[in-house]
Amino acid sequence: MDIHEYQAKELLSKFGVPIPRGGLAYSPEQATYRASELGGAVVVKAQIHSGARGKAGGVKLCRNEREIEEAAEFMLGRKLVTHQTGPAGKLVSRLYIEEATNIDREIYLGFVMDRASERIVVVASAAGGMDIEEISASQPDTIIRVTVDPAVGMQQFQARELAFGLGVDPDIVNKIVPAIMGCYRAFRDLDAMMVEINPLVITKEKQVVALDAKMSFDENALFRRPHIAELRDKSQEDPRETYASDRGLSYVGLDGDIGCIVNGAGLAMATLDMIKLAGGEPANFLDIGGGASPERVTKSFKAVLRDKNVRAIMVNVFAGINRCDWVAKGVVDAIKELNITMPVVVRLAGTNVEEGRKIIEQSGLTLISADTLAEAAKKAVSAAKQAA
Amino acid sequence: MAIFINEKTPILIQGFTGRIGTFHAQEMIDYGSNVVGGVTPGKGGTSHLGRPVFNTVKGAVDETGAEASIVFVPPPFAADAIMEAADAGIRYCVCITDGIPAQDMIRVKRYMRRYKKESRMVLTGPNCAGTISPGKAMLGIMPGHIYLPGRVGIVGRSGTLGYEAASQMMALGIGVSTSVGIGGDPINGSSHRDVLEAFENDPDTDAVLMIGEIGGPQEAEAGVFAQEHMKKPVIAYIAGLSAPKGRRMGHAGAIVSAFGESAAEKVEILKGCGVTIAPTPSEMGATVAQVLGRMKKVA
Repeated sequence: MDIHEYQAKELLSKFGVPIPRGGLAYSPEQATYRASELGGAVVVKAQIHSGARGKAGGVKLCRNEREIEEAAEFMLGRKLVTHQTGPAGKLVSRLYIEEATNIDREIYLGFVMDRASERIVVVASAAGGMDIEEISASQPDTIIRVTVDPAVGMQQFQARELAFGLGVDPDIVNKIVPAIMGCYRAFRDLDAMMVEINPLVITKEKQVVALDAKMSFDENALFRRPHIAELRDKSQEDPRETYASDRGLSYVGLDGDIGCIVNGAGLAMATLDMIKLAGGEPANFLDIGGGASPERVTKSFKAVLRDKNVRAIMVNVFAGINRCDWVAKGVVDAIKELNITMPVVVRLAGTNVEEGRKIIEQSGLTLISADTLAEAAKKAVSAAKQAA
Repeated sequence: MAIFINEKTPILIQGFTGRIGTFHAQEMIDYGSNVVGGVTPGKGGTSHLGRPVFNTVKGAVDETGAEASIVFVPPPFAADAIMEAADAGIRYCVCITDGIPAQDMIRVKRYMRRYKKESRMVLTGPNCAGTISPGKAMLGIMPGHIYLPGRVGIVGRSGTLGYEAASQMMALGIGVSTSVGIGGDPINGSSHRDVLEAFENDPDTDAVLMIGEIGGPQEAEAGVFAQEHMKKPVIAYIAGLSAPKGRRMGHAGAIVSAFGESAAEKVEILKGCGVTIAPTPSEMGATVAQVLGRMKKVA
């Protein structure tokens, strides 16, 4: 789960990470008021769940009230498109007004859950301001990494190693170390998956501040972090995904026209692959989970049908503990209840598959039955093409 | 012989008396697994499904000599249950639970390192369908009847995609020595590579089907291991060819966040390591059959 920059900064500052002064604004009027509280030049920053906001016009240095109003007018209510948001962009409904900083040096600082070492790894680079992908492509020698032993946690000497490795002055090291340690403690104590300060700035006044902050959290740990869970901003999510996740379904919206309903994440991914190989485009990833009850099947159809691009639906269920006849009944009920008229291809496999197929055939509905994954994908693709 | 479990392995159910634990324990008993008891803290001394219930794993191991366990404990308490099993001397543990926080798993992995490699518990999962040695024992939640006993090992992240592979193989008359689910979480007990090593050392396995997916470094590591240390052929399918970058595809671990983590990149790496790739998910069984056919000709 991602959160906004201002939320991340608020959390990190509680762990001793220095941040510039700033405040939130929902209107141009509030923006100018916040700026007057801060005094001097300010930066108006659009709050969306994406990096690279600057290039999209979402970050602007303003020196007077008129500039602040103009920037706020421009950003609020606009959908900003960056390389991380996809072509639809993300809606700006809040602004963060922050005092301007006299930048002397910019540093990249990132904390990630490293899957290779199965530990928290801290990455720093003197080439701050760029994406870590860019840095690793163009200046890999500037990257310094330390790995945290989970038995004892991050140690001060590791933070010092990073700071000296970045080549900063000794008096600055004493200011960077607490910032690094603060980020680590926030990562550990809040069940983060990622903390990124890019850039961490050394100012001309020889101060250290986190100029930008990104945090992402482990959704499996939200049950014990209720104050993190409430930072979720649904306006930053794909509405199709919000609808599904609120109903306990694992759904990812895609751009095609074949709606998919599958049990199991791996089989769901394989189903999308099969559709693509058959020349079609999937509209979504959807895992209905282990207990494929008739109610969940109905919910899944509802979630898939919220996407208006869907022209055909493919159901692929490998019944393990569930029986196919039960799943088939769920499919038939859902189609009747929701009055679905578009073509639906059903592929069932596993326990009681014969009984399941019988229910599909005898339903009186024009369901398209398929025996194998390949056959189902082929039929779904041709059905979608005919419906187009 | 199979790997990890056979018909004799004495099995313990952690989270025995709950609804899910009860259901699957019964399925395992019906399959023929040697379930010797279970653990539910607070219900020690009672009996469930005709087997004794214990308060602690240590108590259960002392009484029953259990060597393997399966964890059905809810996410907030699952890491604790795994560590309890490791400490009690369980040799092989499957964790079914989906939704364990990543930092809990980091702690589990670190905790297990206190034991020497020879005495360290092998963990598979969490968030998996478990392990089955067809015709011998089932330590999981899979439908046992879709697996034909045989000599091909299966290792995979996904439950239902593993079922798909096993049933494709059954349709072609190809049997399975052991099928191991390693789970869809970013940090898991055993990696693809660890399970390949176990299959390489198993005299009853001739070849291995590895079912991977996008995200993480494990498939590439496994490819390098296969190239450098394995005599047995490895066949692989990688799910998620059509998955967009940066989107989590259901499994907590199925997300492309670095170079080499997309399905196309993994396929290239594995090909380079001499692994035979099943080009589509509907050809997993057929690709295994081709490789076995080639082996026969050579022999």
